[in-house]
Amino acid sequence: MNTINDANEVLVDCQSVWKIFGARSSAAAKAVSERGLSKSQVLNEFNCVVGVSGASLQVRRGEIFCIMGLSGSGKSTLIRLLNRLIEPSSGKITVKGKDIASLNAGELRDMRARNIGMVFQSVALLPHRTVLENAAFGLEVRGIAKDERNEIARAALEKVGLGDWTARYPDELSGGMQQRVGLARALAADPEIILMDEPFSALDPLIRRQLQDEFRQLTKSLGKSAVFITHDLEEAIRIGDRIAIMKDGVIVQVGTAEQIVTKPADGYVADFVAGISKIHLVRAHSVMQPVAEYRRLHADAKLDSLLHASPEADIAELIDLTMQSDRDAVAVVDNGAIIGVVTTRGLLRGVAGTSAATVDVG
Amino acid sequence: MNPESFQLSPGKYLAPTVDWLNTNFHPFFDGLARLIESVLGGIETALLFLPPYAVILAAVALAAAVTSVRVALITLISLSFCWLVGFWTASMQTLALVTVAVIISVFIAFPLGVLASRHRRFESAIRPVLDIMQTVPPWVYLIPAVMIFSLGRVPAIIATIVYGIPPMLRLTTLAFNQVPKDLLELGQATGASPKSILLKIEIPSAMPTLLVGLNQCILLSLAMVVLAGLVGAGGLGAEVTRGLTRMEMGLGLRAGLAIVAIAILLDRLTRGALQRGRNPVGTAA
Repeated sequence: MNTINDANEVLVDCQSVWKIFGARSSAAAKAVSERGLSKSQVLNEFNCVVGVSGASLQVRRGEIFCIMGLSGSGKSTLIRLLNRLIEPSSGKITVKGKDIASLNAGELRDMRARNIGMVFQSVALLPHRTVLENAAFGLEVRGIAKDERNEIARAALEKVGLGDWTARYPDELSGGMQQRVGLARALAADPEIILMDEPFSALDPLIRRQLQDEFRQLTKSLGKSAVFITHDLEEAIRIGDRIAIMKDGVIVQVGTAEQIVTKPADGYVADFVAGISKIHLVRAHSVMQPVAEYRRLHADAKLDSLLHASPEADIAELIDLTMQSDRDAVAVVDNGAIIGVVTTRGLLRGVAGTSAATVDVG
Repeated sequence: MNPESFQLSPGKYLAPTVDWLNTNFHPFFDGLARLIESVLGGIETALLFLPPYAVILAAVALAAAVTSVRVALITLISLSFCWLVGFWTASMQTLALVTVAVIISVFIAFPLGVLASRHRRFESAIRPVLDIMQTVPPWVYLIPAVMIFSLGRVPAIIATIVYGIPPMLRLTTLAFNQVPKDLLELGQATGASPKSILLKIEIPSAMPTLLVGLNQCILLSLAMVVLAGLVGAGGLGAEVTRGLTRMEMGLGLRAGLAIVAIAILLDRLTRGALQRGRNPVGTAA
C-alpha cells in the first residue's frame, strides 16, 4: 500500500446512487432509470418512497465531509448506504477501491470492522457494559484477546478525555461523555473512515461546540476521514472541509463552506445560508476592490500608509485591522505587492454575504 | 334428523388420535417417561439427601451470594416454614417437579420465541395456538397426558411444560422485539457476526424481560404442579388433594401455605436475579 500518503486518494466513491423504499422498489428503480420519474411520480405510480436519488460524492483521505439536510432529506439513508447497512437500489459505491456490493457477508463484516467505524445519534452504548467494555466492543467481536483490546480501548478513551471513567457504566455519564465513548469505540477499531450520524444533535449547545472542535482536531491529528451527517449548517461549516447539501434525496450542492455561503447553488441553499454569519467565512480576496479602482475613487489616498492583510484574512480580521487605524480601508498584500483594497463598503458587503463580483457597481 | 347428530365433538377425533399415538409410539413415550423420571428422581434425591437444615443453609447462602440479603432472608423463612409444618419431603418433590418442568419449558419456548420475533408470519401462526393453550382450563391438559403416560409424575410434568410454554414464549418474543434498533444497528455496523449480535447485544438487552418471562413460567408451572396432585404427581399437590378428599381443613391449609411459601421463594429469587441485572455490582474491572 504505497498510496497511503496520497492526500487526493478517494476513499469512498458514490456514483449516482439511488435508494427507493417499498414493496415494488426494484420496478420503481428500473422505471426511474428508464423514464426519469420524479419523486412524487414514483410515489404515485409505485407507492414507493425515494430515499436517495442519484447521489454522487467522493470522500478523500483525511477529509471531513459533511452532509447537511433537514429530516427526511435522505442524509441518514445515504450514510447507511456507505457501509451497506442499507442496500442501494441502483448505483455503485466503492470503498477503498472495492465495490461494496460485491462483498459477501463475511467480507462485508470484515470491512465494517476494520475500515469503516460508525457513531450514532443515539450513541447506542450497551447499558450492561462498562465504558471500557463498550469502547472495546468492536475489537471484542473481531476476536481480539481481552488484555490487548482493553489496552487499545483504554488508549482510545484517553484520546477523548475519558481515561478516568473506564470502570463506570453508561448511565453514570452525561450525554456529552456518552458520545465521547461512542467516538472512542469507533476510534478503537482504527478505521480509515468514520461515519458520524448526527452524533451531536442531542447535546446542549455548549457541549456540542466543544465536541465539534475536539472531533475536528482529533480526526485531523489521527489522519482519519469522516462523513459527518448533520441538520445544522453551522455545525457543517464548523467541522466540514467540504459540505454537501441534501434536499428530498438529492445532493443540491457540494463545496467548501465559503463556496456554499458565497455562491449558493439555488434558492433553497441561499435560504439556509441567509442566517449564517459570514465573518469567518468570507475572505479578503472576495470582497477587495482592485487597486486602480480604489485610486480612481480616492485620488488623494496614500496606499502605502494603509494597514496590510493577507488575501486569506477573514472579515473578522479585516474589521479588527480597520478599527486599529484611523483610515477606512485595508490593503490586501500578496507576495509583497498590494493586489487590492478592502474598504468599509467592502466589509459591509462581506458581512451581508454578497460577493464583490455580483454587486460591485459603484 | 336428530340435532344431536350435528353436535361438534372434537374429542371424538382427538381421543382416537391419542389412542393411536399410544399404541404406535409406546416405546418412544416410555423412553421419554423413563428419562423424565430419572432426572426428576435425581434432583429429588439430591434435595432430600442432606438433612433439611443443611439444604436450607445452602439455599440461603446461595441466595445471599447471587441476589441480596433480603432475598436470602425470605429463602430462610419460606423453607423453614415448609420444614416446620411437616411438608419438607413434599415441598422438595414439588420444587423438583417445577424445576424440571421449567427447564424443559424454557428450552422449548426460548428458541420458538426468538423465531417468532424474527419472523412475523411464524408469530401470527402460533399466536392462536398460544391463546388456546392459555385459556383452556389447566386440568384439561391432564387428560391426554394421563392417557399417554398414565398416572404419576410424568403426565404432571408434561402438562406443566405445556402450560409453562406460552408465557415464556410470548415474553421472549416481546423481549427480542424490544431490543433497541440502534443497538442492533451498532452490531451490524461494527461487523459483528449474527451469533455475536445474539449473545452480546440481544440476549443481554432482552434479559430483564426474559427474566419476567421466567418468573411467569415458574409461577404458572407451580400452579400446574399443585393441580397435578389430582393425577398422582405427589408433592404438595398430593397433600392438598388429600386435604380436599378427606375434608381435613388443617392439612389442606398447611399444604396451601407451604405452596404459598414456595411460590414466594421462587418469585423473589427470580426477581432478585432481575434486579441484579439492572444494577450491576462487582462486575467492574
